[in-house]
Amino acid sequence: MIELLLLFVGTALVNNFVLVRFLGICPFLGGSKKVEISLGMGGATTFVMALSAIAAWFIQNYILEPFGVSRFLQYVAFILVISCLVQLVEIILKKISPALYDALGIFLPLITTNCAILGLALYIPIKNYSLIESAVFGIGAGVGFTLALTIMAGIREELEFSDIPAAFQGAGVTLLTAGILSMVFLGFAGLIAM
Amino acid sequence: MKIWAEFIKGLWKENPVFRQLMGMCPTLAVTNAAINGLAMGLATLFVLLCSNVIVALIKHLIPDKVRIPSYIIIIATFVTIADLFLAAFFPEIQRVLGLFIPLIVVNCIILGRAEAFASKNNVKFALIDALGMGIGFTWALTLLGIIRELLGMGTVFGLQVMGTNFTPWIIFILPPGAFLTLGVLLGIINTFSNKKTTKTSCH
Repeated sequence: MIELLLLFVGTALVNNFVLVRFLGICPFLGGSKKVEISLGMGGATTFVMALSAIAAWFIQNYILEPFGVSRFLQYVAFILVISCLVQLVEIILKKISPALYDALGIFLPLITTNCAILGLALYIPIKNYSLIESAVFGIGAGVGFTLALTIMAGIREELEFSDIPAAFQGAGVTLLTAGILSMVFLGFAGLIAM
Repeated sequence: MKIWAEFIKGLWKENPVFRQLMGMCPTLAVTNAAINGLAMGLATLFVLLCSNVIVALIKHLIPDKVRIPSYIIIIATFVTIADLFLAAFFPEIQRVLGLFIPLIVVNCIILGRAEAFASKNNVKFALIDALGMGIGFTWALTLLGIIRELLGMGTVFGLQVMGTNFTPWIIFILPPGAFLTLGVLLGIINTFSNKKTTKTSCH
């Protein structure tokens, strides 16, 4: 149990997907100025991440490994399954929970090309996680992503009122802010020896 | 010369990194040394070139509704080839770039060029476009790698450049250095150009 907790904290904070591992930078840079929208986007991504982690584990251990094709077909298999999974989640959500679909719906199609998802799936065979560990890893990564996105949205709300040089407006100041945030997250490195 | 214009646009005017802010994940992640940036750029150039040419060749055979999954499969195939090639001939670089080689699959420059250019143009223009964009991406990554390696370790491509009294700014080879270097560089480039880059072309 304690290992799972450490894995969760390690994934969400110490090795934050966005600020330390550089996965999912595009939605982070192009992200919204509103905290609520960032939370919605983060929620949808966390959901897909947890599912992808579990799916990747099954594909790796029951299809790719037994047939000995992991070296050649891993990337193709993972990206195919992720894009189908996103589509599937969209269809199921629309049917069973229209309210949730309306809240998350607009973010779902963009998630396929979020490199954090494919990165997450590829980490599972590298790290040799068990099924439970894979699920915790997926949720931890999603929470870390949501955290980074929400903090950035909060800062952006404030940046609206600051006097920024023309050349640094938009992406420039976002990158510099992300640099400082990344330093903050480096401070978590002492939390867990990984 | 239309061909020349198609080639040159990727180098500066529509540079994927500095002008369009595309492919940010590898741009930030692997540029802690000049050689890594160069290798990542060349690997992406190879995948972009092959996928653009193939997409331009078979664009009439792909039904419109399944074109995006088809492009992704084509791209993933060439990424696997690039990965196996690097693992066989440059195992050291393949180990350092690690996860970011397979992640070329979801690099939006590649899918973006396939969708926006190769699917509408003939093979010759698709090839030229991929060359321009790929070289534009490569030089941008190499430049970032040079700056970060120089400040972070005092070397360029592994050669000692700074004098012995230079104290390396370790922060530049750590994750925050990537954000800071690109942020400042983007600001400098925006200062000297009329068109300001303020947001990413990806999602």
